[in-house]
Amino acid sequence: MTNIVENIGMLLSGEVFFLLLTLGSFLLGVLLYKRTKIPLLQPLLVSMIIIIPFLKITGIEYQVFYEKTRLLSFMLGPSVVALGYVLYEQIEHIRGNVISILTSVFVGSLVGILSVVLIAKLFGADRLLTASLAPKSVTTPIAMNLAENTGGVPSLAAVFVVICGLFGGLVGPLILRRIGVKSSIAKGLALGSASHALGTVKAMEMGALEGAISGLAIGIMGVMTALLIPFVERFF
Amino acid sequence: MIKGTFFILLFYLLGEIISLLLNGFIPGSVIGMVLLFLSLLLKIVRSEWLKKTATVITRNMAIFFVPAAVGLVAYIELLSNSLVTIFSAIIISTILTIIVVGLVQQALENKIGARKK
Repeated sequence: MTNIVENIGMLLSGEVFFLLLTLGSFLLGVLLYKRTKIPLLQPLLVSMIIIIPFLKITGIEYQVFYEKTRLLSFMLGPSVVALGYVLYEQIEHIRGNVISILTSVFVGSLVGILSVVLIAKLFGADRLLTASLAPKSVTTPIAMNLAENTGGVPSLAAVFVVICGLFGGLVGPLILRRIGVKSSIAKGLALGSASHALGTVKAMEMGALEGAISGLAIGIMGVMTALLIPFVERFF
Repeated sequence: MIKGTFFILLFYLLGEIISLLLNGFIPGSVIGMVLLFLSLLLKIVRSEWLKKTATVITRNMAIFFVPAAVGLVAYIELLSNSLVTIFSAIIISTILTIIVVGLVQQALENKIGARKK
């Protein structure tokens, strides 16, 4: 009898259980988002809201959870590589605009990194926090990677990326209207550069071209930010 | 799926190797992404080889962040102590980025448009 109890205990602390927990809370997040359309209910956030208290209550170490769900975090790198294909798919939208697009995303990336680092420093943020904030405008896997490379914390970076995405998606269209940006390319580019995938969701609501350009901006912003951060890093 | 996975992992490995040679200046995954993009553009790799795998992976990308994001559990104190810093920095910087990209792109487009006329 004790054997069965022990075995069940083993199963509940094994890979299968933790993967189920992760997939289950994510699915719940997807469902909630679809039902309610509340932008704050991102599946990633919902999963965190479920799993973090779960680990706290059961007393399971984060390290154990991380080890058992390796399978998922391993995919972070390949998923960034796969974005290269997504970028290629959108290439037709940018013919004739390559230089202007690269220029504006470069300027945007520079302003984005410098402003966030400067403000954080003004408020007295330490290196750990600054390095986690700096890549806030790029897509989560790249941001986590960049944060880790520069002495930040990947999970903090992931949260900041989501905050940035939610905020940009919320106010982006309003700001663009206020400052009189009418070009579809400019609108999509601004939303994707500042607020990655969550900005792209808004851009898609504005139109197909806006959406495609916004998706493209995610990739370009990722590369530009990866190139710029090493130069800004000394100020962290 | 296997062909697509093979190429994605291959470019990931290449990216990681180059990243090592560059002293980690740029993450290997980002280099892999650029290499894959260029190879598709130069027709070294055919897009139909990658379509299925790349679409599946990128469409469900957010799930891969969960384990790392849960790592936040160790930083809740830091987070709650720096809420003002975090929100001021993110909000102001995001607004600036949107304004700059939107205006620069529109200005450049108008310039090109004017030259064409």
